[in-house]
Amino acid sequence: MIPGPFNYYRPATVADALKLLSTLGDEARPLAGGHSLVPMMKLRLATPEHLVDLHGVADLKGIRREGNTVVIGAMTTQHELLASDEIGRSLPILDETALLIADPQVRYRGTIGGNVANGDPGNDMPALMMALGASYRLEGKSGAREVAASEFYQGAYFTALEPGELLTSVAIPVPSAGHGYAYEKLKRKVGDYATAAAAVVLTMAGGKVATCKIALTNLSETPLLAEDAAKAVIGTSLDPATLKKAAAAAEAIMSPAADARGPVEYRKHVGGIMVMRALQRAAGRAS
Amino acid sequence: MNDMTPTREQREAKLEGMGCKRKRVEDIRFTQGKGNYVDDVKLPGMLHGDFVRSPHAHARVKKIDDTEALKVPGVLAVITAETLKTVNLAWMPTLAGDVQMVLADGKVLFQNQEVAFVVATDRYAADDGINKVVVEYEPLPPLIDPFKAMDKDAPVLREDLAGKTTGAHGPRKHHNHIFEWTVGDKDLTDAAFRKAEVTFKEMISYHRTHPSPLETCQCVCSFDKIRGELTIWGTFQAPHVIRTVVALIAKLPEQKIHVISPDIGGGFGNKVGAYPGYICAAVASIVTGKPVKWVEDRIENLTATSFARDYHMTTEIASTKEGKVTGLRVHVLADHGAFDACADPSKWPAGFFNIVTGSYDFPTAHLSVDGIYTNKAPGGVAYRCSFRVTEAAYCIERAMDILAQKLGMDPAELRLKNFIKPEQFPYHSALGWEYDSGDYATAMKKAMETVKYSELRKEQSALREAFKRGETREIMGVGVSFFTEIVGAGPSKNCDILGIAMFDSCEIRLHPTGAGIARVGSKSQGQGHETTWAQIIATEIGIPADDIMVEEGNTDTAPYGLGTYGSRSTPVAGAAIAMAARKIKAKAQMIAAYKLEVHEDDLEWDIDGFRVKGLPEKTMSMKDICWAAYNSVPPGMEPGLEAVSYYDPPNMTYPFGAYICVMNIDVDTGVYKVRRFYALDDCGTRINPMIIEGQVHGGLTEAFAIAMGQEIRYDADGNVVTGSFMDFFMPTAVETPHWETDFTVTPSPHHPIGAKGVGESPNVGGVPAFSNAVNDAFSFLGSTHIQMPHDYWRNWKAAKDLGAVA
Repeated sequence: MIPGPFNYYRPATVADALKLLSTLGDEARPLAGGHSLVPMMKLRLATPEHLVDLHGVADLKGIRREGNTVVIGAMTTQHELLASDEIGRSLPILDETALLIADPQVRYRGTIGGNVANGDPGNDMPALMMALGASYRLEGKSGAREVAASEFYQGAYFTALEPGELLTSVAIPVPSAGHGYAYEKLKRKVGDYATAAAAVVLTMAGGKVATCKIALTNLSETPLLAEDAAKAVIGTSLDPATLKKAAAAAEAIMSPAADARGPVEYRKHVGGIMVMRALQRAAGRAS
Repeated sequence: MNDMTPTREQREAKLEGMGCKRKRVEDIRFTQGKGNYVDDVKLPGMLHGDFVRSPHAHARVKKIDDTEALKVPGVLAVITAETLKTVNLAWMPTLAGDVQMVLADGKVLFQNQEVAFVVATDRYAADDGINKVVVEYEPLPPLIDPFKAMDKDAPVLREDLAGKTTGAHGPRKHHNHIFEWTVGDKDLTDAAFRKAEVTFKEMISYHRTHPSPLETCQCVCSFDKIRGELTIWGTFQAPHVIRTVVALIAKLPEQKIHVISPDIGGGFGNKVGAYPGYICAAVASIVTGKPVKWVEDRIENLTATSFARDYHMTTEIASTKEGKVTGLRVHVLADHGAFDACADPSKWPAGFFNIVTGSYDFPTAHLSVDGIYTNKAPGGVAYRCSFRVTEAAYCIERAMDILAQKLGMDPAELRLKNFIKPEQFPYHSALGWEYDSGDYATAMKKAMETVKYSELRKEQSALREAFKRGETREIMGVGVSFFTEIVGAGPSKNCDILGIAMFDSCEIRLHPTGAGIARVGSKSQGQGHETTWAQIIATEIGIPADDIMVEEGNTDTAPYGLGTYGSRSTPVAGAAIAMAARKIKAKAQMIAAYKLEVHEDDLEWDIDGFRVKGLPEKTMSMKDICWAAYNSVPPGMEPGLEAVSYYDPPNMTYPFGAYICVMNIDVDTGVYKVRRFYALDDCGTRINPMIIEGQVHGGLTEAFAIAMGQEIRYDADGNVVTGSFMDFFMPTAVETPHWETDFTVTPSPHHPIGAKGVGESPNVGGVPAFSNAVNDAFSFLGSTHIQMPHDYWRNWKAAKDLGAVA
């Protein structure tokens, strides 16, 4: 549990950070909250030669509203999300989810950028970003680009980030007023990754589901957008048969690993239950 | 008397003696982060050691190449078994009469076994060094399933034992067999089963888990070459035993070994035995002449130092149709891992598992235990319990529920019907113990009344009907557990560790101003001895607890003691404290008589001093007697006021309790909710009710963890799959249920203050309460026994196997 040797850098601007990452090359890793990287380093599963600590970059912090979009700086912590009035008002599902991430000490340190950029299938925010239709701003030496969350994840710890690129902010379109939302997470204890979790964002019209997005956490190598499951509930009043249909459609795309949280069969089964419960709770909140 | 004269109540209260909820004096430093733990020991020039560990569960070690490691800046030495052989320390004795490799000698027998010890100038360099040691292994087939250990073609694990048909505890039946231990009357028991109207047989497993103290095992060894003295600071629950072990195996004179246990961050049995880290750090210090620190990390602690349980108990009860038990038969397959490193009293290879008849009047019983080797970490320590008592309590408490189910009786009623009755004490059990005292029915009935037991059963039947009708997906269980512990090891007639009788000791010195110091052979790891030991003395000799300093853990100053584990501190050391105090009181009485110019027999004790019988105004306080002890003792008497007592207990003590757990389980997810947990403990005389409550809370939290998910699990290749707190269930305050505590008081008749010990009762009694609640919840669906741990997915699987989930 003792990391190997590494060099430490603390740039003050995004430009400096990008310059460092590009000159230092493949052996450099950006450091945000460190909740994934530091334990990996202590186990020597990750042995970066250079750590580029982003905590000195003021431009990577903060939450701002740009028209119908909320833009969150990558180094914004889970705690800052919870403390933000803007998030509470327009994206309450972020609060609900952040509160399910470990404990206050972790949330003081853990960042949204690190959570979504790392590509860890156990992280909670990526599924949420898919359900909300968010996009990520990736900046590199050759400029900036926007990538949709739904296009970002390629495999466990594999993402659309190119070498030398930094995820600098997250842009989330504000869901319509009166939308329903829920993040259902089954975990063994505080601080655990999800055994299975489902995010639902929907709108209702006349007692029936008008629009719906469902996304899943830790049920595959990447977060999943459960499109067939969402389709199955559009136009329904979420009767028991429809809920079962949605759960079955979601389970069909799940491919979790067997681990100490349970065998594959169990994790898929409770994945379906999380979908049903999230749908019901989201519908109950919609107006 | 004037207004300033304190009342009797005020004098009594000022002492803060037994029965007082005195605040823990040690918490002043702990709550300010000012404790002094082993890792706080920092000596000039101190070196650091770290282990190269085996990735394999079973492999031959072909070659260890340290060339690159020695090139790492700061790395000074790489110690292997070959190095240790030059000082005859490649192997070390275990407390269970076996031997254990200190470093891999030719082969490795469990994953994360110690292979080489790298010594460096700092912790980082040591870790850099271990990553550069190249070990060539030839993997061998691992033996993981204990039920296959004695198969004809099972791999040979312990090549060092080839040809040895007798072990420390008698004949060995197979190359992977350690011992067979039998107790009880087999013929009589077999006859009881032949005649029985009702019998059942069930394999009840208590899975492998780990004591997992928050502070891991660690030490600093410092050898002074000039003086030839070795000082060891370590996380030792039994520092004197460690000193003697070091003297015996390192061939150092015992007076030149100084063992110091500073503050300890939890032990729970994990810190009783000796580990390779201690030997390697000591050897490294002797070789380099510099202090060497070794500190385990969490993964090492969970995967390499002593585990607990791993008992597979085939259990049978014979009974009449009316539910009167007539016989008990238990066979245990005990998985000890690669070396038998149980920390039991030497003559007890399965600890006190023969307490398995529990709280019930079994006319006859028979027990046999087979200990076997597997490719898992060694150990088998008493995780907050007295030597396999937890396994025994789980076995009998689960079995009584199974019998109740078979008879269609209520489990609490079945217990009431079979309890040992108050008039039967001292009670001689069929498996050889003499229970000191108990009033079981009173405790059980109080528990049932408090939780409104019959209403819970009504609610349960209603919920079961609703479940059958498809109106709910929740099931409800009521778990009853009535345990009897056997603690306070122990009487020299049957308890020793490496030949040393399991007494304990106390030395009290009173100072002229009426203050004093008590040094005790026990060693607190969080139990609060500094608080409670002073309370015993306060009540015994009338000096306020605040004026008594308690010191433990330094073998140079503390009298020889066997340490703290198995709930033995209050039964044994606590008795020694009272006896030492009484010696002081006897001398004090002589001094008081001399000063008051009366005969000793004319004096009587009164709270904090002596008074002349019939002349209540004529008194001498203990404070004044202390002063007199240093200037005007009776002619012929030695000055001073101090005493030492070594207490050899005449018997064990037998705390007991009634626990009831109410739980609901969602069959679709397996998620449970503990609705209520009521714990009634009878630990005899209560020294500090607040500390008792804290002990019960802590022990119940561990019991909850163990029953509901905590395990050391291996895959088929022998990899530990629960080697960190991510997967090894360590509940936080969020998961931990609310605890209701209660008590009855049945003093021990043979203990000087009537106390029995309580620290481990909640772990012992708690596990069956949780497991019985889960099993009770599922029983109406047709199950008789579901193995622990009862984590979410296993609950779901149980529901699925019983057809309750599609």
